[in-house]
Amino acid sequence: MKGFIKKIEQINFGLMSPEDIRAMSVVTVETPDTYEDDGFPIDKGLMDPRLGVIDPSLVCRTCGFRGGDCQGHFGSIELARPVIHIGFGDVIHKILRSTCNECGRILLNDEQIEYFTEKINEAMDSRESLNAILKEVYRVAKRELKQMPEDPDEEIDMKYCCPHCGAPQEAILLDKPVTIRQGDYKLTASEVRERLEKITDEDSFVLGVNPEVARPEWLVLTVLPVPPVTVRPSITLDTGERSEDDLTHKLVDILRINQRLLENMEAGAPQLIVEDLWELLQYHVTTYFDNEASGVPPARHRSGRPLKTLTQRLKGKEGRFRSNLSGKRVNFSARTVISPDPNISINEVGVPEMIAKEVTVPVYVNEWNIEEMKQCIKNGPDVHPGANYVIRNDGRKIRVRNEETIELILEQLEPGFIVERHLKDGDMVLFNRQPSLHRMSMMAHEVRVLPYKTFRLNLCVCPPYNADFDGDEMNMHVFQTDESRAEAKSLMRVQEHILSPRFGGPIIGAIHDHISGAYLLTRDGVEFTEEQALQIIRKSHLELPIFKGGQWVLKTNHDLKPDMEVPHDIEESYIYKEKGEKWTGKELFSLLLPNDLNLSYKAEISKCPVVYPIEDETVVIKNGILVQGVIDESAYGSFSGKILDKIVKEYGPGRAKEFLDRSTDLAICGIMKTGITTSLNDEEIPEEAQDRINEHLEKKMAEVDKLVESYEEGYLQALPGRSLEETLEMKIMQVLGEARDMSGSIAENYLTMGKQSDDDPYDHVMAVENHSVVMARTGARASMLNLTQITACVGQQAVRGGRIERGYLNRTLPHFKKGELGAKAKGFVHSSYKSGLDPIEFFFHAMGGREGLVDTAIRTAQSGYMQRRLVNALQDLQVKPSGLVTDNQGNVIQTMFGEDGVDPAKSDFGKPADLNKLIDEIRMEGK
Amino acid sequence: MKIDIQDHMLVPKHEIMTEEEISDEFSDVDYDFKDLPKIKSNDPVVKAIGAEPGNVLRITRESQTAGVFVTYRIVED
Repeated sequence: MKGFIKKIEQINFGLMSPEDIRAMSVVTVETPDTYEDDGFPIDKGLMDPRLGVIDPSLVCRTCGFRGGDCQGHFGSIELARPVIHIGFGDVIHKILRSTCNECGRILLNDEQIEYFTEKINEAMDSRESLNAILKEVYRVAKRELKQMPEDPDEEIDMKYCCPHCGAPQEAILLDKPVTIRQGDYKLTASEVRERLEKITDEDSFVLGVNPEVARPEWLVLTVLPVPPVTVRPSITLDTGERSEDDLTHKLVDILRINQRLLENMEAGAPQLIVEDLWELLQYHVTTYFDNEASGVPPARHRSGRPLKTLTQRLKGKEGRFRSNLSGKRVNFSARTVISPDPNISINEVGVPEMIAKEVTVPVYVNEWNIEEMKQCIKNGPDVHPGANYVIRNDGRKIRVRNEETIELILEQLEPGFIVERHLKDGDMVLFNRQPSLHRMSMMAHEVRVLPYKTFRLNLCVCPPYNADFDGDEMNMHVFQTDESRAEAKSLMRVQEHILSPRFGGPIIGAIHDHISGAYLLTRDGVEFTEEQALQIIRKSHLELPIFKGGQWVLKTNHDLKPDMEVPHDIEESYIYKEKGEKWTGKELFSLLLPNDLNLSYKAEISKCPVVYPIEDETVVIKNGILVQGVIDESAYGSFSGKILDKIVKEYGPGRAKEFLDRSTDLAICGIMKTGITTSLNDEEIPEEAQDRINEHLEKKMAEVDKLVESYEEGYLQALPGRSLEETLEMKIMQVLGEARDMSGSIAENYLTMGKQSDDDPYDHVMAVENHSVVMARTGARASMLNLTQITACVGQQAVRGGRIERGYLNRTLPHFKKGELGAKAKGFVHSSYKSGLDPIEFFFHAMGGREGLVDTAIRTAQSGYMQRRLVNALQDLQVKPSGLVTDNQGNVIQTMFGEDGVDPAKSDFGKPADLNKLIDEIRMEGK
Repeated sequence: MKIDIQDHMLVPKHEIMTEEEISDEFSDVDYDFKDLPKIKSNDPVVKAIGAEPGNVLRITRESQTAGVFVTYRIVED
């Protein structure tokens, strides 16, 4: 069969006739045994060599191919008695119910037949679903008489009779899965078949059985196809014992019973015995098709394990479709735990040497790389830049194993060979983290072979993968062709995905220490000596500034030799430094910026009530120099970075990648200048503040009590559209919300980053007092809410969006009175995490916390399914150059994509253009 | 008294297009106007403006992205 390529033009679905099965069969299986004692397959047995061979040393008696090339051939079993096919039980039932018991005609009059025939033809021509019409046919044709009258002469209503022969129609019932009953009489499969045979072709067409491809009686089996041995291979155990496939076991059962039934029938055994055997045959055939059918006890293996028969092979997650056809395992892939490495580029991925030696890249040998490939082969499979296999010009694949093979291959090696060499630095690979929800979940990285056993990735690519390092694993795939490599490099490289197609802003950007580090570096007043500054520049892999005429000239990105004139074209962006002068953090950061970058925006810390010094909150970048302002989340954070956004959009992804890589280095230097640490001391507030908070909370509690009182005494006025209870609940929620917010803002006044004004006692500007607050305020991690919950008051716990209601009868816990409505009784937590929760508060907090966990678990499942349905519905839509959106039939969905024709990937944070930004730019150009 | 649904804030403006308008509007577009989205003839708005199957409706509605957006629908059985 090798080399045959057949093209499928059409698929026709129908039933197999007994003739078809016999015609396809190469052997009629009769013996319920597999092998003789001498190990040879029995002729006319289940392992008959005509059914195909698996062993490559044997030749198939039907097609003449060896095992592996022979795809196998079907055989057949002649059933002694017909048997109902389990998949068609309800179809048979429906057909029998809709046809006459006597004459076999359909229970419709001629007009109805004509009407439905036409309707079915119409639907078939327009390729519409027939289901609705057939349902209607079966509904109309059903004319069941519940009980046959005792007196045979009694007049029966015509609506229970056949419109063709007038015979009364007694109800036919289906006892699932395959027993068909008329009244008390159980129809045998033979009788069922006889009735189905009587149906004319025209009638069967109306019943939904197309006579061109199927006949109703083919729903009852008389011949059973036997699948080839390739479908049910036997396994030879280490002990030499043969273990047969489950399907073979089942077929043996069928054959055994079939044989006994045949013998009994020939011997003229009593009807009762024959019927018992017949039923047993029906059972075996049923479980052969489906061993999980309801109402049928599953057939079991000797060990008690249920057999895996045909349906079980196909069905479900581990079935043929979902596990072998829709999803397959792949070669040249690797999976391991990920860990962070800020020293590699965002475009790179650190690959453990162990993996690099396992997955390979096929390289065509040519006269230019032959020496390199020779070295790879010399290194062998165990030394890193080595090779595992060599494919010769004749297509033979040779494994690079030991000294001998290496020498042999080296002798033969010539251009045209393919060497499967180890992965090495600079190779392109695909990197992926599940769930792959958007295109940024699979990006192409450059390999960096590193020691140890984890994949290493730059922290800036954590947001697109949604990765962290608490044990996450990721997958890597190695490209095997140059086309795929080239395509991935231009379309899938990490730097091409800095801008998210979701909102047109950067999704790859700084997180955590990257942000707080830049803040600590660029704060006003941060200074470095010349020596420190030059160290930082070297450590950050930045270009060294030029020393000329006793001055350092910063930001001359030209190839300026020390003896050359400093060009004056963009002199505004130069920074001159006298020898020995101090360098500021802002000047160092400016080294990252393009020389003609102009930008101004409010920093993240401008959301603080007090910013010291106040200039830091407004960032001004002029000609690539950070004139004022600090670098924080709004500068280059993922999802929000303004500088990063501008660099990608105006200078391209290459420049942006460089900016991110270098700023990572610089932020590390920044964070190392002071160090960053956090402890409970960061959440400390003076006693007077604690007193004020307590006082405040008490006041609010009194307010709640007052509300409850006014409700109980009937003073409370209901809000429009709300009941009195709802009004009270809303008002209490509001007061409690205020209580938490107020206590929070009191605490916030004491939770400051450090120096607040010129008269503050901290003398050293770099002395940042409170790193927790730095992290929260710069947007690196955590929020002020988190801090105030630790310091001041945790606040109201919620279950199902309201105060806690559930628990005991009319109260949450037995510690309260029935019907109590106060704050404490319904889950308000007065304490802070730092002071500790009392047992009641702790319990309420656990309730709210549990709900949060359950909700996230449910939400992911629900939104996953929702997205799947959405993608299925939208996947074939296309957008024409004019903005027209159509489906694959040409139907118009939208005359203009998104109604405004804006591609969100190319938009500015979702908007077509940012006018303020444009005006700023024009203004700056004018200057 | 019957409420005119066209006055409702959630119902955008529907108009029946004349033959001329149809030929004007769809002469230089890259789709056949017969492929436009459909609207059922028993749709309340269609009944309210008295459109017949085959008519093309111009629907002018507010859009979150484009401010005002004009779309078309063909009345069908």
